[in-house]
Amino acid sequence: MAALPPYATLGERIWHYSYLAICGLIFLFLIFPILVIIPLSFNASPYFSFTPEMLTFDPAGYSLRWYHDFITNPNWQGAVRNSFIIAIFSTIISTFLGTLAALGLSRSNFPFRTTVMGILLSPMVVPFIISAAGMFFFYSRINLQGTYTGVILAHAALATPFVVITVTATLVGFDRSLTRSAASLGASPARVFFRITVPLITPGVISGALFAFVTSFDEVVVILFVGSYKQRTIPWQMFSGIREQISPTILAVATILILISILLLASVEILRRRNERLRGITST
Amino acid sequence: MTNPDTTQEILTTADGVPLKVSLKRALRRKKRNSLLLVAPLFLFILLTFLLPITDMLLRSVDNKIVPDLLPRTAPLLAGWDETGQELPGEDIYHAMVEDINEGAATKTILRLGRRLNFERAGMSSVFRKTARKVKGLQQPDSYQAEMLKIDQHWGDINIWRLIKRESGAFTKSHFLSAIDRQTNDDGTIGPKPEYKQIYIKLFGRTLALSLLITVLTILLGYPISYLLATLPTKTSNLLIILVLLPFWTSLLVRTSAWIALLQKEGVINDLLVAVGLIANDHRLAMIHNQIGTVVAMTHILLPFMVLPLFSVMKTIPPSYMRAARSLGATRFTAFVRIYVPNSIPGIGAGAILVFIMAIGYYITPELVGGTSGTFISNMIAYHIQGSLNWGLGAALGTLLLLLVLALYILYDKIVGIDNLKLG
Repeated sequence: MAALPPYATLGERIWHYSYLAICGLIFLFLIFPILVIIPLSFNASPYFSFTPEMLTFDPAGYSLRWYHDFITNPNWQGAVRNSFIIAIFSTIISTFLGTLAALGLSRSNFPFRTTVMGILLSPMVVPFIISAAGMFFFYSRINLQGTYTGVILAHAALATPFVVITVTATLVGFDRSLTRSAASLGASPARVFFRITVPLITPGVISGALFAFVTSFDEVVVILFVGSYKQRTIPWQMFSGIREQISPTILAVATILILISILLLASVEILRRRNERLRGITST
Repeated sequence: MTNPDTTQEILTTADGVPLKVSLKRALRRKKRNSLLLVAPLFLFILLTFLLPITDMLLRSVDNKIVPDLLPRTAPLLAGWDETGQELPGEDIYHAMVEDINEGAATKTILRLGRRLNFERAGMSSVFRKTARKVKGLQQPDSYQAEMLKIDQHWGDINIWRLIKRESGAFTKSHFLSAIDRQTNDDGTIGPKPEYKQIYIKLFGRTLALSLLITVLTILLGYPISYLLATLPTKTSNLLIILVLLPFWTSLLVRTSAWIALLQKEGVINDLLVAVGLIANDHRLAMIHNQIGTVVAMTHILLPFMVLPLFSVMKTIPPSYMRAARSLGATRFTAFVRIYVPNSIPGIGAGAILVFIMAIGYYITPELVGGTSGTFISNMIAYHIQGSLNWGLGAALGTLLLLLVLALYILYDKIVGIDNLKLG
């Protein structure tokens, strides 16, 4: 959809600009709900809408009270702590296991590759509500329901497919002759692995770890079933907050989360570019 | 050059091992190594994920609670002819008294009552009442007469038929309930009474709303994907951030954003009142109903349509359109006859992905769906956390899982599961 040629007819011009307008509206639909949260989180009154004071840009209409509430409220403090504990541990587990498996799966002679891949990716395929139900039943049987261990294991299981996919994707473009030439130059298998393979797959591993972290940090269905108040995470707290006593603190938290996702988006993009550069694929 | 007679001599490695054997051994070692790398994750997924899913599948037919808590009655009932009009014999009444007595001591009998109450309302209170009074029975002349005195329901042959029907280690009643059927008193299977038929309707609503959401994401996703695919890369890289940012933003953030926008005192209603389109006391109900679910989920799932569609459209060479135009096609004809058919794989991939994600959605319908905009997953959650009818929850979950797996097989046939793209 490059610019219109000078010979475009009036009809074509009208169509072109109305098409652009439609696209603009759709982009607005995508981004407006996210942006509207940000000013609302500075609301001085406990409403989810703009007050007259806010619309006239009266400073009295704005305040940081919901951010203050977020920082001082023990419910939210615990949620932030739990979110990080659970996400970090499940990311470590899933990145370690997922990277190993991706290395194995990428070898050309792996038997039953499709089936094994299907099983390893199954946690991503099954709807969260079904995983949550199954884990609730099974983890209560073995006394893991309502424990940190249970939640961490559950989140690690849900996150591994993302690690497997991203690391496998890095390995697809992996030039085997690099490891072969290292070996032929006398490097031991361990040395080849740490000096050649690891630096090349690191971007894939890191973006896999990021995906795993986000999966756990964002996950709310499974934790509602497998966890309890003690393991409450930020999404858990938001969910119960929206359901019970709705307060703009949720919007303050949401604004902070939006900033975090902008940071994540930027870092994944940087990693992707670095990965392409390392593999010699130049993106235009 | 070697003599043809001596080529029989086997090629060997430096240590004298035949090359063939050595190669085979090396390949085997490689295979073993790659298996060893995958094994830990395989075991991990097996223990933390596949076993729980299996547990849920088994729970949908599991009925061990009944034979376990009626160890004396269940075997005796097997010999009783439920097709006749005769109540069970004195021995069965005696066995039931003993079983209830034993269960009352450990309070487990209340769980049995609750289990049977799902099949027939009132069973729970029959067992509770009997358990309370049965202790006093000391070698009566007739156990049957005494039990009838405690609760006359014990004289109802249909209760005994129910207990016999449900006395096996497995039951099909959860699946029957999940499709709005029941076993009638005469043992035939028929539909539930009209007012209890909710699950088929709920499955239908889940599918219909998911389809609507999918169609909406196609309608909204197609124009912007086309724009992104045809713009110069520099501009499209910037615009795609508008798609990726919602994709990376927490689901709950987006759901609470829609609550802020759509609710009665929310931004959109305020705006409409301020503009004067609606009166202040006639604010639109756009949330806690189907509108809320459809709007919020369309927004949440739109990136999953745009990303595959965009990546397919990027591969359509612009020369195709130019060729069609130079052969005399109008802009419109060229677009419909050349561009759209080429973009079908992207529509297919995006549509199935969105549809699969939509039918299993829980959080958004729960928070913005009210009662009319909820999905089957909300019912599963209700049975697990609210009504505690775990068997029925598991049966509904099993049906939903089968549906999703069937759709994934379709997806795999059309797109290939390895082509799932992230971000």
